[in-house]
Amino acid sequence: MRHLLSCADLDLASTNALLDLAEEMQQVQSRSVKKLPALRGRTVVNIFFEDSTRTRTSFEIAGKWLSADTINVSAKGSSVSKGESLRDTMMTLDAMGVDAFVIRHASSGAAAQVASWVKAQVINAGDGQHEHPTQALLDAFSMRQHFRRIGAEGFAGKKVAIVGDVLHSRVARSNVLLQQILGSDVVLVAPPTLVPTGVNEWDCEVTGDFDTVLPEADIVMMLRVQRERMAGGFFPTEREYTERYGLTPERLAKMKPGAAICHPGPMNRGVEISSAAADAANSLVLEQVAAGVAIRMSVLYHLLGSEEGAIR
Amino acid sequence: MADPATNTPTPQVSRVVADASEVARVLARMAHEILEANHGAENLLVLGIPTRGVHLARRLAKLIGDIEGHPVRLGELDITMYRDDLRANPTRNPARTSIPGSIDDAVVVLVDDVLYSGRTIGAAFDALRDLGRPKAVRLAVLVDRGHRELPISADTVGRTIQAATDERVSVLVSELDAADAITITRTGRA
Repeated sequence: MRHLLSCADLDLASTNALLDLAEEMQQVQSRSVKKLPALRGRTVVNIFFEDSTRTRTSFEIAGKWLSADTINVSAKGSSVSKGESLRDTMMTLDAMGVDAFVIRHASSGAAAQVASWVKAQVINAGDGQHEHPTQALLDAFSMRQHFRRIGAEGFAGKKVAIVGDVLHSRVARSNVLLQQILGSDVVLVAPPTLVPTGVNEWDCEVTGDFDTVLPEADIVMMLRVQRERMAGGFFPTEREYTERYGLTPERLAKMKPGAAICHPGPMNRGVEISSAAADAANSLVLEQVAAGVAIRMSVLYHLLGSEEGAIR
Repeated sequence: MADPATNTPTPQVSRVVADASEVARVLARMAHEILEANHGAENLLVLGIPTRGVHLARRLAKLIGDIEGHPVRLGELDITMYRDDLRANPTRNPARTSIPGSIDDAVVVLVDDVLYSGRTIGAAFDALRDLGRPKAVRLAVLVDRGHRELPISADTVGRTIQAATDERVSVLVSELDAADAITITRTGRA
């Protein structure tokens, strides 16, 4: 595998290899010298055309801990704001001898488009409403740790409910693909206005009835209500949304024993997730953040560790 | 070299140079030698290098513990990310590194199956430096087969075997292979 553009690039063996290595990489976090020499001399450019704190920072830390030279380029204050095209910007950076780009862009398919232009390897850190593969990997990582803690066997047969704004969510798309690789049953729960067209091709159950799914779900993944992508009209009011699709304290009490809560962050407390749920003992939210660096180290190592750049 | 791939039995003819009982005797002597050189088991930290070094380290730690009457610290040190040929080979998934407590001021005994070029041990030094500052580092190998590419020698050697470069010296351990043994296989390529 040369690039990581979509969870569709992965199979079960490569997914497990990535998750296993991430587990080892978590140890590095607790060392006093947080440095491995694996990517010495490699240059990784994080280029973010959209705002991000956790993804950009965790990619930067991951690269640095593996001894790569990481450089951050944000669209603001770069030649992009002077009107340079995406192609010219990327080709310019590529000509400097970059080994890999970590790219986030508001347009779906941007990462794949860039991968077709440049010589460097490309990691998709979120492209529009399309995909965010490393987020799905760290979600799977946190779920796997949770399943292990409660003594459950792997993902097979587990019910994963992905709830909320599926339409605008690249996290949902990547998670559906990855969870299917891992063998769990995905249920999408969303108001009809926030279900993407063509969802029937995703090969998973879709419903508008959160309360029926909730007591059966092993994982309840709440999606952020993406106010910045909603020009309005998707649901009447936030209160009504919360009433029907929010993980309220009442719904929290109805969860199956041993079930856990995920949220990709940033959370809108009081909208899609109540504070009671976000801070609950079975909430994996902070674990997901902690897993972010380890997963990204694993991805960078697998893509850049060898000249052959292959996940084996 | 601690690579599972190279130790897999092949259809090629293998010569057994030490069987399970021989390996047991060699390990017992090595345990005594380590204790003698260190004047006891104080501060000892036995670190196995994956894959087969880990199993040999476990046996040595057990033997040392039995002789001294109290358990000795045992861990695993993976060196994959420190290899100088990392980039030239297909991606390998690193194995576990687990160190009980701190390596600072410990006498670390690195344990590997076969000492050949010395590059694995060179990488292990780099890995240790990132983990802390041991009081001393010793090297114990079951087989020294010569042909060093770095100025490294073992403190405790189980067997010295003169093998040609087109021969493969393998250590088999019962945890992963049929039985404990040291074998030599002619590969036909140098």
